[in-house]
This record gives sequence, C-alpha cells and structure tokens, in this order.
Amino acid sequence: MNELPKSVGFKMPAEASPLGFRQIPQKVLLEVEGLRRHFDEGDAAAVERVSFAMGEGELLALLGPSGCGKTTTLRMIGGFERPDAGTIRLRGRDITDLPPEKRGIGFVFQDYALFPHLDVLENVKFGLRGLGRAAAEARAHEMLRLVGLEGLGARRPHELSGGQQQRVALARTLAVAPPLVLLDEPFSNLDAAMRVETRQEVRKLLKRAGSAAILVTHDQEEALALADRIAVIEAGRVVQIGTPDEIYLNPVSAFVASFIGRSNIVPGTANGMDADTAFGRLPLSRAANGKVSIAVRPEQIMLEPDPNGPAAVVGREFRGHDQLYWVQEGERCMLVISGPGAQIDVGQRVRLRICDCVVPLN
Amino acid sequence: MTQAAALTRRRRLPASRLLFTALALGVGALSVLPLFYLVMRALEAEPAQVVDLILRPRTGWLLINTAALTLGVLALTTLIALPLAWLVSRTDLRGRRAVNVLAVLPLAVPGYVMAYALIGLSGDYGFLSEIFGVTLPRPHGWLGATLALSLYTFPYLYLNLRAALSGFDASLEESARALGSTPREVFTRVTLPHLLPALLAGWLVIGLYVIGDFGAVALMRFDVFSLVIYTQYSAAFDRVYASWLALILIAIALSVVWWESRLREGAHYARTGSGAGAGPQRFTLGGRGQILGWAFVSLVVLASIGLPVAVLSFWMTRGELASTLPDLIASFLQSLSIAVPSAVLAALMAIPVAVLAVRYPSPLSTLVNRLAFVGYAVPPLAFALAFVFFALQGARFLYQTHLLLVVVYALAFLALALGPIRSALYQARPSLEEASRALGQGPFATFRRVTLPMIRPGVVAGMVLVFVIAMKELPIAFLLAPVGFRPLAITMFSRTSEGLLMEAAPYAGAIIAFSAVFVGVVLRHDRKAGG
Repeated sequence: MNELPKSVGFKMPAEASPLGFRQIPQKVLLEVEGLRRHFDEGDAAAVERVSFAMGEGELLALLGPSGCGKTTTLRMIGGFERPDAGTIRLRGRDITDLPPEKRGIGFVFQDYALFPHLDVLENVKFGLRGLGRAAAEARAHEMLRLVGLEGLGARRPHELSGGQQQRVALARTLAVAPPLVLLDEPFSNLDAAMRVETRQEVRKLLKRAGSAAILVTHDQEEALALADRIAVIEAGRVVQIGTPDEIYLNPVSAFVASFIGRSNIVPGTANGMDADTAFGRLPLSRAANGKVSIAVRPEQIMLEPDPNGPAAVVGREFRGHDQLYWVQEGERCMLVISGPGAQIDVGQRVRLRICDCVVPLN
Repeated sequence: MTQAAALTRRRRLPASRLLFTALALGVGALSVLPLFYLVMRALEAEPAQVVDLILRPRTGWLLINTAALTLGVLALTTLIALPLAWLVSRTDLRGRRAVNVLAVLPLAVPGYVMAYALIGLSGDYGFLSEIFGVTLPRPHGWLGATLALSLYTFPYLYLNLRAALSGFDASLEESARALGSTPREVFTRVTLPHLLPALLAGWLVIGLYVIGDFGAVALMRFDVFSLVIYTQYSAAFDRVYASWLALILIAIALSVVWWESRLREGAHYARTGSGAGAGPQRFTLGGRGQILGWAFVSLVVLASIGLPVAVLSFWMTRGELASTLPDLIASFLQSLSIAVPSAVLAALMAIPVAVLAVRYPSPLSTLVNRLAFVGYAVPPLAFALAFVFFALQGARFLYQTHLLLVVVYALAFLALALGPIRSALYQARPSLEEASRALGQGPFATFRRVTLPMIRPGVVAGMVLVFVIAMKELPIAFLLAPVGFRPLAITMFSRTSEGLLMEAAPYAGAIIAFSAVFVGVVLRHDRKAGG
C-alpha cells in the first residue's frame, strides 16, 4: 500500500511533546511553523498554534472535531486565509505572503467547486493555460482517463453524480501536477457507501500522481484509512502527530484516546513501567510516575462470567463481527468489545480482566 | 518575543480588492458629487432672500399639494391593490392566474401615457363624445393626477401584498379563530398587522414615484414640486428658486425613505416557530362572491388597461399611421441611442459596487451601496437639475451632450441594475473563485474566467431593466436632452401638452409596447421568486 517511503529518521524538535511524536521526515516538502489566526467576527474557528512538517508524497490527515481550526489551517496553507503569525514553507521557500495562485498548491473543495459554466473537459483544462492548446487537451484527457471518466468530457458538472464530480475536481487539481494537494472534508458530500469506496480510490490516485496531500476530516475512520500520518487537532493546536497505528496504540491524552477509537479512562498510580489500578497491576506502554489517567481500549478487556464477580453487564449491542458490552462496576461504567462468540446476557455478574499493555495519559 | 513580533504581520489588501473599492467609491462619489453643485447654487442667494424663498406662500401650497397628491395616490392604490391581492392569493376566485397577470400589466402604461388616456377620453372631440356621445369635462388638477398615477402604480403595491398574503402562515389565523376571534377580528388583529411590512414597502415605491413624477402632473397641470422646479428652471429662469425647491423635494424623498425604514424596523414579523408552516387556506367565495369579485376585477382592468388601450386605438385610427412612421422610427432610434449605452454603463457601474458588497463586506461597502441608491431615491428632476449645475460649473464640455444624459441615466437606474447582479453574485459560491486561484489564476483572470461568466444572467437582467426604463424616461431627458434630441417620451409628451392627441398616439403606443417587455421581465422574476 505505501509505495513511497514515509517519515524516515526523526529528530526531536524543540517544542515537541515529551514523547517525541512530532516527527520531521527527511525529505521535507512543507513546513508549517507557529500558525495563528483569530477572527473578530464570524463563525470561522480560531487557530492558536499549529506546527508540523510533512514529506514529499506523504498523505497527512488533519483530524479533529468541528470548530477545532483544521479547515482554517488548511485555508492558510492554501493562501485563502492570512495567518496572524507563523510561517509556511514549501520546499524551503517561504510562501506565507504569496497569493494562492502563486503557491502551486492544489485545493479540492468540500463542494468540489466545479465551474458550472464549463463542461467537464474545460474544467480539467482550466489551470493548464501555460501549455499549448493541444498539449492542454492531451493532458486533460489523460487526467480524465486517470480518474476513470474518459467518456464524460462533454458533460456539464450538474449531469454527474457526487462521486464523479469529486473525481473531476481531483483531476482538475492534479492536472497542473501540484506537489501538494489540500482536501477539505472531501467525502462529506457522499453517502456512506460511496465514502468507503471513494477514499481508497482517492488514496490510490494521489499516490499514483505522486502528490503529497493534506486531508481535513472530522471522521477518525476516514483518517485512519487514508492517511500515512495523522495530526490530531484540539482547540487550534496540534496535540499529537504520528502514524495511524501510533496514534491509536499510544494516544498522548484523554482527548486523543477518546476521539480516535473509544477508550475507558481509569485512574492509577504509575511506577515506571507498571501501574496499580482497580484491575490490579498493569504493564504500561511507556514509563510514567505518580498518579495518572490510563487509557484502556475496549478490546483489551476480557469478560469472565462469575456469579460472585464485582461487575454486572448493563447493556449489550451485537454488531456482527463483534459485540459491545457496557459493564457497571461500582461507580464506573466500562465499555468492552469482545468477539461474536460466547454471549453474556444483560444482568449477569462478570469479572473484568485486562490482558495487555495500557497507555498512561499526560 | 521579538521573533513572535516579527512573525505578526500587518494585513495587506490585495490589489483586486483595492481596484474594486476604488471603482465602487468612484461610482458612489459620482452619484453624490452633483448634489453639492445643487447646494452651491442654492447658497448663492442672500440669507434674507432664502427665507423669503422658502417661506413664500407658494412653497407652502406646493407642500400641501404634494402631500395631498401622495396621500390620494396611496389611498387609491391601497383600495385597488389590497382587495385584488386578497382575491388572487386567498380566495378561490376563478381565473385568478389571469387576474394575476392583468394586475401587473398596468406597469406598462407610464403615468404620462395614463394621463394622456384620461385626457383623450374626455373633452369635446374625445373618445367618449365621439363614440358614445357623452362629453365629460377633461380631468385636471389633483383628481386627474391622482387617477393617472394610481392606475399606473398600484401594481407595485399589489406585488408586495400578494407575496405577503400567499406566504402568510395560515396557522396564525387559525389560532386566532381557535382563541375565539371572529373572521373580521382575525383580519384586523392578525392579518392586517402582518401585512404592514408589505404595505410599507409598496407605499415607499409608490410614494417616491409620486413625489418624483413629472409627466402626469405636468399634463394634468397640478402644481407640485417637480412641475414647478421645471417651470422655474426653464421658463422663469429662476435657478436659485429652482435649486431650493429641488433641495426641499430631495429632503421630502429622503425623509420618506427614513420613515419607511424606521416603521419597518418596528414591524418585524418573521415566523418564530419551526416547521414548514401551513400554506394559506383559500376562502370559498360562492356564486355571488365570484360575481362581486369579478365585477371588481373588471372595473380595475377596464380602468387601468382598457382605458389607455381604447383611447389610444381611437386616436390612432383617426390619424394616418403611415405618414408618421418615418418620424416614429427616427424617434425610436434616438431613444435607443441613449438607452443602450445607459444600460451597459449602469451594469458596468453596478458590478464593482455589487462585488464590494458581496465579496468584501465592510462599513465602507455598506456606505457605497447606500450611495448607489441615491440616484433612485432622489426625485429625477432634482437629480437632473443637480447634473445641469454640475455640468455648467464643473464640466462645461459635458453640458447638453449625449454622454451626460447616458451617465445620469446610468446613475439614476443603478439600483435597478444592482439588484439582479448582486443576487447573482450571492448565488455564485466563493469556493469557485478560490478553486480558480488554487489552479494558478490571478484575481483578474479569475474574475474574467469564473466570476463574470457566472453572474452573466444577472448582468443581462440588470441591463434589460435599465434599458426598458430608459426607453420611456421623461423628466431627466427633458432637462438634459441635447438640442434636437427627440426621443419617444419627449415627442409624445410635448404633443400631448400642445393638445395634439392624434399626433401623440403612435408614440404612446410605441412606449406601451416597449414597456410591456419590462412587465414581462418583472413577471418572470416574480415567478422565479416563487410567486
């Protein structure tokens, strides 16, 4: 899947989190440093301080709840929003003050923004004015072939389905061969079934074109499936950046632990690589000391039926490939995911067992 | 923190925004600047003389006449438009779709043509005496002017009231019934208060029109401000008195606008609940109701459309159409030679103003948009007089040129062009322009390749509106027409005022035919707005 080398060799930046999750790939394409943007009015979300770097050909997802400033960040990189402070460098060149058309960065809009007065082919040709007429025509056809819409050049945008419109928007952007493409919630206008199908399609297209891309989304599943790395944004700041696996397995905060996948947060007392909790002494994924919150993924917990157990099942949802249990133990309600096999009924007494490394949170 | 300070940058305005701002400010300044010349001319008088001018009994009479005419027209148009709107939108009147069109059609008959029709109807050799042997005295003065203006302007009120009535949430009326009100109480306590914003909007348009009208009052010889301004300026050559009258007239018009906006602020009746809201329930008329309803509709249609059509046909068959045709065509071409460039210029002026308002909203853009409405709110004769003084003192080379007339038309009708262009811009999503920028197109290439093609329908609609209005415009042309310039409206007006009804008929016919296009545009727009 990952044809291109991603983030090789990391150095610890000055203001990185203590865990060093801010990674800078060696062949840097884009560096964003201390971006800040506040609005006097309107409902656009503020950006407090966003810094990250990404490599050539990398797919980075900016993931966060709505109103966290991820779209504002994207628009600043694209040149549609001027930052109050901070710098943006593309291949080492400072582009912070350049207008959008001089940046050479592609942008795919949430509503695709296809020009309604032009047909599909003319839309794809729109940015190819430097080329000769014949060359532009050839390039546009090539792009339409790439996105699998070869025969539809003469159609008008409104005659296409949502998925087709999106592919035209992508073809139009990729036609000018930008080193970086920005995608603002690209799948939000598609229905659920189309979304899953399209996102692998888009990933393949971007990889084939060799363009790096930044994708803004609030859908963690989308980010996990599509991105090489994910930057989690909370209230205008990047709180963690890393590969999907790293972020899922080693969330730095309760916010990240609950926003990407689901987590049970339990208190404990850490002592190096172990912590004492209500579930006994548990191994930690990284060293910590003193009182900590600990994230326990629902699939890390095993349920054992026990008539004298301290906990009781209070809810159950069968989901086919697995089942979800809500288990009440004293004051605490825990979420547990187990395989589709043995069924435990609501009301039954159980014992909880945690059988894996758990993550101490900052 | 010096680094942070260095990173904090001042926001620079992009060149495109600066250009649009400069252009829009230029347009705004152009519509206000001449008014200063009007003020300067007025201030040439000695203070004592000014007091004498303003306090002379004549001015008082003019005020009373203007007020009487405005109130008369507002009352009569309400009496016509309210029942008509109610019949069409709230009852099961048969053929109400046709009534809807018939109720808007009178807009095609300008006030001075309506006045012509009323004059041509009566008198010793008029339509009635020749056909039916009944001789009515020729209407003149307050009654004649009120009739002529009301029969032409009531559609403005009708359109507003019908939109309000058909968009009205029936559940409000039903709640009132459920709370124990009689139908009559429901109308006065619920329906009527909700119609207030529509009434005010219609009254504003009609009021401004009446205050500014010149043709109808001149033909009916009713002394109101605009008529006297004209006679003072052109016959008595008392330009200082004319300026003072023009300033008073402008003050009246602006206070009408101000009062309307004050009253409308107090009358904000958006539905507060959620949900779709029930559509209006139609009142069942019954047999007698249908007859009464149609009797009313027939009366209105006969007076507002039947009358001018019949009188015009009568006078046209009296004259020899063939012999007047060359003159008619020449006159038509002259009208065209002004109306076409005016429409283009108005659209060109409206585009930067609209772009500024829609894409870069700020206090400055609000100001510029207000200035763009000056030409619409200021009565045409006062507006034209200001430009006469401006040309005489500030730009002599422009005086009595086609160019000046074109510029004044463009400014006077700027608001008409602005409406459709602005709504087209609102519909053109900003992301389309941003997509073009991201594809490497600069702001000007983006405007040419994306924005302009998308707002083209709005630009065309704006140009059509200005074009048709300019084709039939009278008072501005009267003051600013270059020597020898005889467009349709002026020719028709001067022949009518000389009593040459037969000779005026073909010109009046041409104007009506042309204005029907305008009504067509209004009706189409109205239907698109979900009428």
